[in-house]
This record gives sequence, C-alpha cells and structure tokens, in this order.
Amino acid sequence: MKISVKKKIIFLIVIFIAAIFFGISKGSADIPFIKLLGDENRAILMLRLLRVVMAVLVGSGLAVSGIVLQSTLRNPLADPYLLGTSSGAGLGAACAAIFGIGQDLFPVAAFLGAVASIILVYLVARQGGKIPAHSLILSGVIVSIALSGIMVFLISISPDEALHGLMWWIWGSLEVFDLRLILAVSIIVGLGIFVVYIFSQDLNAMSIGEEEAIHLGIHTETVKKLLLVVTALITASLVCIAGIIGFVGLVVPHMMRFIVGPNHKALIPASCLGAAAFMMFSDTIGHAAFSPLEIPIGVVTAIVGAPVFIVLLKVKQKII
Amino acid sequence: MGAFFSIENISGGYGDVPVVNDVSLSLEKGEFVGLIGPNGSGKSTLLRLVTHVLVPDKGRTVLAGRDIRTMPRKEFARQVAFVSQDTTINFSYKVREIVLMGRIPHLGQLELETKKDFAIAESALKLTGTLHLKDKEIDSLSAGERQCVIIAKALAQEPSLLFLDEPTSHLDIGHQIKILDLLKKLNQENNLTIAIVLHDLNLASEYCDRLVLLDKGTIVTQGAPEAVLTYPNIETVYNTVVVVDKNRVSGKPNVVLVAGSQLCRQK
Repeated sequence: MKISVKKKIIFLIVIFIAAIFFGISKGSADIPFIKLLGDENRAILMLRLLRVVMAVLVGSGLAVSGIVLQSTLRNPLADPYLLGTSSGAGLGAACAAIFGIGQDLFPVAAFLGAVASIILVYLVARQGGKIPAHSLILSGVIVSIALSGIMVFLISISPDEALHGLMWWIWGSLEVFDLRLILAVSIIVGLGIFVVYIFSQDLNAMSIGEEEAIHLGIHTETVKKLLLVVTALITASLVCIAGIIGFVGLVVPHMMRFIVGPNHKALIPASCLGAAAFMMFSDTIGHAAFSPLEIPIGVVTAIVGAPVFIVLLKVKQKII
Repeated sequence: MGAFFSIENISGGYGDVPVVNDVSLSLEKGEFVGLIGPNGSGKSTLLRLVTHVLVPDKGRTVLAGRDIRTMPRKEFARQVAFVSQDTTINFSYKVREIVLMGRIPHLGQLELETKKDFAIAESALKLTGTLHLKDKEIDSLSAGERQCVIIAKALAQEPSLLFLDEPTSHLDIGHQIKILDLLKKLNQENNLTIAIVLHDLNLASEYCDRLVLLDKGTIVTQGAPEAVLTYPNIETVYNTVVVVDKNRVSGKPNVVLVAGSQLCRQK
C-alpha cells in the first residue's frame, strides 16, 4: 500500500505530460493531433503551446505562492491574493482604463497597483520591525476590501467601455496578448520558485512553529520577509497577465499535501506539476465544453476544484 | 574561563515593560537546573531572551566564552536545543520527518540528509521510546507521545545544552516521570546540561541539582532544593501557606499544599 514519494512525483509528471497533450489537442476548433503538426495549422499550434506555457506559469506560480503563505503564516486558509495583490492590480488597471492610458500598458499599471497594495499591507501589518502572522492576515483583508471598494466605485462612475476591458480580470484568462510580457513574467516566476525551493528546509521548520524554527537556527524574520516579497512579486506579475484565478493557490497545495505529504522538498515540485496540469485541464474544459462559448478559467477552477478537494478531505479523514 | 553558559545582567520582555530585570545566572557543564516561580515571574521569558527568540534590552549571554549574538544561528542551534510546553503542529508531518528536522542546524541550505543524519534521528527516536511511532503522523499522537517526539527532535540536534519550558505540564504523572527520568538519564550518561522550567515544585525537588526561584522578573534565591524549597521562601513568593516535608524515598523536600490557606491569610 505504501507508495514512495519518488513514485508519486513520477505519477504527477505523467499526469502533467498527459495534460500538455490534452491541452494541445483540444481547443475551440476540433483538429486531430497529427494535423496540428502540419504547416497549415502552425498558428493554432503556436497559440495552444503558448496557452500551455501560460498554464504552467500561472499554475506553478500561484501554487508555490500559496504554499509559502500557508507555511510561513501557519494558516491553511492563506491564498496568494491574501496580500492584496488582486485588488491592487484591479485598481491599477481600472485607473489606467479611466485615465485613458493605452491598453498595452494595462499590465504595467496592474503590476504597479499590485506592488503598491503589497507595500501598503506590509506598512499596516508591521509592528516594531516584525511582521506578526495574524496582523499580516488582518491587514491583507482590510487593504483588499478597501482597494476593491475604490475599484468598484471607479468602474461604476466611468463609461461602459472602460469597464468592459476589465471584466476578464475578475475571473482570469490564459489568453496570450504579448510575448515579451510572458517572457518577463516567466523569468520572475521561474526565479521566484527557485528561491522558494532553496528555502524549503526553512519552510519545513517554520511550518511547525516560528519559535521552533528559531531554535533550529533559522533567522525566521529575515526568511519570512524575503519569501513574502518573492511571492508578492510572483502573484503581482501573474495577476497582470492572467487576472485573478482563484482556488489554485489555495487548494492545490492542500491536495498535494494529501498526496506527497507536507515536506516542502517534495511538496514544491509536486505542487508545480499538479497546479500546471490542473490549469491546463481547466483551461481546456473552459474552451471545449461549451464551444464556441468560452467559460472563464476561474469559473472552471472553482467548479472543478471544490468537489475534488471535498472528496480528498473526506478520504483523508477516513484514513486517520 | 567562565561558566559554560552564562547569562549576564539580562533585562527584557515584550514591548516597553521588561518582564525580566537584570538577571544573571550561570550554568555549569553537566548541571540539571530547575527554574521555578509563580506565573508571570519571568521564567519562560528568561529562556526566550537567551535563545534568540526575544532580543534583550540589556545584558548579554555567553556560551563557551562567546557572546551568542556573534555566533551564527545554526552554530548556536548545534549546541543549544529547546523543548517548549506544547507544540501544536498544523501540518501532518510524519514523526520521522519531525525528528529529522533536528538535523537542520547541521545541514547547509540545500544539503540533503545523509545516512549519518538518518542514523542520529533514529537513535534519538530509540532513546525517547518513540521508534515504533516513526511512520505515524504527528497530529495523530497523544500529548505524551508528541512531547517525546519533540524531545527526540531536540536530541537529534546533538546539543550540549537543553532548555525545556514546562515540558510536562499537560501530561499525566506517568508521562511526567517518564520524560523526567529520560532527561535525568541523558544528564547523567551523556553529560547533557539541562535547564528546565517546572511548575510542579516536587518534580523540581526530585530531579534538579540546583533550583533557581524567580519572582517578578528577578532571582529571589538559588541553590540546592533543600535550601530553596523552604516554607518561608515559598510562602512569600507564591503567597500560599505550605508544609515542607521530606520525600520518604529520596529524602528530598516535599511541598504539601494546605487547602483554604489563602482565605486564612486574608483575615
């Protein structure tokens, strides 16, 4: 009955590869896989490959951010948008739309909004050079609510077309619109995940308790600050290319804890694979299920993810 | 050459009001020292001030001739380990994973555990009688089992000094004796220096070579249990009437509580 962690990771790699093929072969247009490789369908193939890249970036970035926040704050309900990134990005984009800044600068505005909101959350949470977990969570919630309020206010007083350009932000999208942007984001996400992985041992210690980690020789405040900045940058950059995609960053880390356990050395790679595959399946379902209608990916992740999570939770309870 | 571990004029606490006031205390190698005192007397705060958890306002702590602030944290953790009162762990780590975390101070940032680390973790499990639990999840254990595992983790650090903050206060008497017997054995056989905060004065009397009585953030008195656990000392510090008897087996002081004594004093 016992399956080693290595075998479980290999199993996840298989699912990941299957998801890539699934994502490439299915889409709004139904084209057999072999034909996709032909010259006449090169554009479609490229488009689908880019969506795969987006799915990998968004999935793994959000999952790793979720892990960092859950472990450092020791709060199972923490998700990547806890630090106010989503509402900050939304507000940034809303401002850009309302002040008539060009569409192609929206992501930049969103990124700046996200970073500004994170700084605000830090400033509110800080108590004498330290960032206590509970005060970070509270300040994240407060700043998010305030910024969303301002965003909705701005949208409601502005003419309709500005509002329309922002709707996709609410439920997210893997639509690719700028290759340079994807490149920049993939560098941030890739480096970010690498940095988090370097600290996987520290995260193990910190997830059992902050004082426990100090007694194991870890500079908990420094590590916490560094990793929170890294995850904030990852989420901010992802929000500006994909909008807000809920559930992945909260639930995939939990699913993977059920499968490979809480040890971050296995949990981080497993979550990257699992979340990327989950995003590809969700995206493809969103495209193919009611084609030609498209369902926003955030809707799919919520509808598919919730039951999967509940089943895992029930199964887990039975085992204990 | 000073003491093995010396606390020099430490003051500090949480925020502006210091909980610990100008406390100096030395521990010699191989000692078994008990810290006692009423709630809020600063016992736990003192331990936190000398183990990097809290930054002292004043004073310094010296380990083997070196100020601990100048030592790399991991080097400190290779010599000093800490067991707290109650460690609740939210995530389902396996027992062996928890104990293996005790090896973190001995590993580089990305270094993987070697056979040696696994062997040390396993012998820590054996020593604490928890080897049979190694594949269980930590959150499925009883409080007594969990505390033994936490001690095993501390032992996997291979420390020469072990701090414990009321490690037995949630446990039944069987588990209390089991854990303190284990500590005594480690103290005698491995020359492990132990400083332990205990609420139970009789346990402190039975196991410790030296007791340090704290009240309102300062040391009231210290010395052998016979010298510290006298009824005048206890009555002043705890504001409670007691009778100090002798344990018929060990000959150590035995503190007997007197019910209703607080009411009598109020009259």
